[in-house]
Amino acid sequence: MSFERTQEKLKILADAAKYDVSCSSSGSNRSNATKGLGDATGMGICHSYTEDGRCVSLLKILLTNHCIFDCAYCVTRKSNDIKRAAFQVQEVVDLTINFYRRNYIEGLFLSSGIFKSADYTMERLVAVAKKLRLEENFNGYIHLKSIPGASDELMKEAGLYADRLSVNIEIPTKEGLKLLAPDKNREDFIKPMIKVKNEIIQYNSEKKLIKSTPKFAPAGQSTQMIIGASGESDQQIMWTSDYFYKKFELKRVYYSGYIPISNDNRLPQLGTAVPMLRENRLYQTDWLMRFYGFDVHEILNNEHPNLDLDVDPKLGWALRNLGHFPVDVNKADKHMLARIPGLGMKSVHKIIQARRFRSLNWEHLQRMGVALNRAKYFLVCASNDFERRDLTGAQLKSLILQNSTSKYQKILSPQMNLFG
Amino acid sequence: MVNDQDVILVYDGSFDGFLTSVFEVFELKLQQVSIFRKGFAQNSLFGTIKEVLTDPLKADRVWKGISKKSSAAGKSRIYYAFLSEKPEVENLLLRYIQYLFKSEIQIDSDFGNDDVLKVTQIAKSVGREKHRMEAFVRFRLTKDGFYFATIEPDFNVLPLISKHFKSRYADQQWVIYDLQREYGIYYNLETVDIIQLTLPENFNATQSSSEYFAAEELEFQTLWHDYFKSTNIPSRKNMKLHIQHVPKRYWKYLSEKME
Repeated sequence: MSFERTQEKLKILADAAKYDVSCSSSGSNRSNATKGLGDATGMGICHSYTEDGRCVSLLKILLTNHCIFDCAYCVTRKSNDIKRAAFQVQEVVDLTINFYRRNYIEGLFLSSGIFKSADYTMERLVAVAKKLRLEENFNGYIHLKSIPGASDELMKEAGLYADRLSVNIEIPTKEGLKLLAPDKNREDFIKPMIKVKNEIIQYNSEKKLIKSTPKFAPAGQSTQMIIGASGESDQQIMWTSDYFYKKFELKRVYYSGYIPISNDNRLPQLGTAVPMLRENRLYQTDWLMRFYGFDVHEILNNEHPNLDLDVDPKLGWALRNLGHFPVDVNKADKHMLARIPGLGMKSVHKIIQARRFRSLNWEHLQRMGVALNRAKYFLVCASNDFERRDLTGAQLKSLILQNSTSKYQKILSPQMNLFG
Repeated sequence: MVNDQDVILVYDGSFDGFLTSVFEVFELKLQQVSIFRKGFAQNSLFGTIKEVLTDPLKADRVWKGISKKSSAAGKSRIYYAFLSEKPEVENLLLRYIQYLFKSEIQIDSDFGNDDVLKVTQIAKSVGREKHRMEAFVRFRLTKDGFYFATIEPDFNVLPLISKHFKSRYADQQWVIYDLQREYGIYYNLETVDIIQLTLPENFNATQSSSEYFAAEELEFQTLWHDYFKSTNIPSRKNMKLHIQHVPKRYWKYLSEKME
């Protein structure tokens, strides 16, 4: 491998791949039974973090940034005047192995611009994964992008070597997609997703009968949506997300605040701030849906189509539903404990375990790590010392905001609101 | 007032040694007792100093007793907290173990009890350090074909990470060396052994000089460093979050953070 040429390509093709925010390397079950290289059991590891605070877990690169499509939101679009490059299959294999051996990464996340055709591109992605598994005896994590429009046969082969497959639906609404990516249609995204979902179902049922059934994408499927590029509401985003979680049994949906990359007048202009706070609120909502037992319609609906920026979505829900509170932490079930603002699932489990030994009071809760500045208005415990209960939602909100500092203070300050 | 029956048990620093000390506390029905590793018991402490001889059989009996009265998680918490090497951790663990033996029911999750909560919290920070080392170890290929890494973890986590690296890097010889505690673990393609090295005087652990390291080593470090830079999104920059995830004390051996 020629060092200078690889170095140049890596710079271009890593830079082009960084807008895909997924970096998960967990959820697989590929063990190193062959005494080869790598092991993808257990939880994922972030080997480093970029200066913007994102996890670096996988070697995330494009095979090539040549592309026949012209999607307005994409830096690799055909009409963009940028340097183009393409890796050889062997180059990607060598980089992956050598980075992995040094404990830099958990594995490879390989995506690509679409050149010639969907199948032609998908074939090359599969070739890399196949070579890593069969020739290099590599058991680390492999995430392959499913190329929209790729054939069922290729998707099936991809699932045999990859731990995770993903197709990015990118734009949450059909209308937005039509406007920004006129060459693409939603069916092309969905087709490989359906194929992978069905193969996983089939694998799970065959596995029960025949233990040696080869693994199929053990870490499942994920997708990504760009936030703030096409004027969609939080309700539209999260209802779409809910639909994909349920319909395609996705492991994750990622939300990526749009980073302005062009002067296209269909999109936010260059220099527009990345909607990081909004992105954060969407992830919090996603967590409430997946781990806290919330239904998406409780948080976002026609009366309430957008999330509050100044308070987290659980607190927002609680303030609109004060009738459910206060909750008695010494008696309530897990479901209700999980709805108390300021209580994470870890605290919920701790409380359930610890209250078997004694009734818990404020001090116990504080030492266990409960965020009392929010939680104290919504719970009762073994103490006579209670917060006032005669406040309206709006009064409570301003009281809580007065007594806490948000890391997003700058974004929330009135001057910034002029532009937001 | 000084109690003339105070006893100070001094052990060799090993986990078995600590468990043997716990055994002695129960065996001799010691009431006013504290446990210190050798060299850490202060002379100003009043009381009779008694040196404990590590006895694997006694240690094993204590460990079996603990096992009977703990969940798997509760048990490993004791070991994790011990590896923190924090001052007085032995005495905290002794109180914890005394509470555990006295109680009729399993006390692992009695987080309303100060000692239980404290042990849990210390074990958690040791677990975090273990996980950090699994992330931040950077192997460098030596001229002899070994993958060599140096670390200086906050806690003594080498015993905890050995299994992880063994199952992951089964087909390469590697060494992870704790420069502060002056010992390392070495995988020889079969087993992981504890080793002590005499490093050459001119050896600089933060550099990969061609005297010791393979020719392509620096190339891969450069590629990794470049990759790390390319994957950053400047318009999202958030150094506070970055440093929270990768505290500065770990930068020394991270090639992507070297300039």
